[in-house]
Amino acid sequence: MSLTIGQALPAREFHFTRDSLVRYAGASGDFNAIHYRDDVAKAVGLPGVLAHGMLTMGAAVQSVVDFLGDSGKVIDYQVRFTKPVLVDATKGATLVVNATVVEIDEAAKIARIDLSATCDDVVVLGKAQVRVSI
Amino acid sequence: MVNPAIEGKIYPRTSSYLVGREKIREFAKAVFSKDPANLDLDAAKKQGYKDLIAPPTFAVVIQERSLIQVISDKEAALDFSRVVHGDQRFIHVRPIVAGDELTSELKVASVKQLAGNSMVSFETQIFDSNQELVCTAISTLVVRGEA
Repeated sequence: MSLTIGQALPAREFHFTRDSLVRYAGASGDFNAIHYRDDVAKAVGLPGVLAHGMLTMGAAVQSVVDFLGDSGKVIDYQVRFTKPVLVDATKGATLVVNATVVEIDEAAKIARIDLSATCDDVVVLGKAQVRVSI
Repeated sequence: MVNPAIEGKIYPRTSSYLVGREKIREFAKAVFSKDPANLDLDAAKKQGYKDLIAPPTFAVVIQERSLIQVISDKEAALDFSRVVHGDQRFIHVRPIVAGDELTSELKVASVKQLAGNSMVSFETQIFDSNQELVCTAISTLVVRGEA
């Protein structure tokens, strides 16, 4: 696969609804009620129901997986959770992910791809770096 | 406040978790994966895998089994209701494949107190049934201090 430094991968958008959160809760086993109950979220001082950070992380990397065509090529993936993703009961929330190739190590056959993940133009993931085998 | 004395503590190896093919499909759909290697057995085999492979963040399910040990450890004094996920990293030796029987071992890498909050970093190693390392999961939890 040919990658070049500075290359932008096709952007991908993910629309999260409350259904997405319930589906992720079941799939991951993370049943923290702040991810599906407004009353519980508010009781702990949150403005409302939040997406699981791990749902945001798991979805964001799919932009890279789509491009590589093989999730097994992702060998190192890290993010910092900088801002919560509020998921409105009716409108949901849209995560926009852009990925850019920033490093290519031809000898080690590894490339680093950085992600920008935003929701309503607010950056929700920091230091989002994906190392992939090439 | 998280007990700083748990820094360096290693929790016992978890019992094994059998990675199911349908669990991988369920997880893959939940994270919006369209990768055929997560969803279609023939496609996964064509890519050279012996069964469906899990999305890159599936290891969190295994990490969680180790984390539960910390949360239920009275010595740690980690109040899960005050936890915010700070950061997460997965370093894979190989992808997780359906049929894997995985165990994990968690080490408390650091405990820091910062502006009334505790920041706890964990390093969880995930092994297959041959005791080969499959993935290292690194996670930082921020435990908000009592106001």
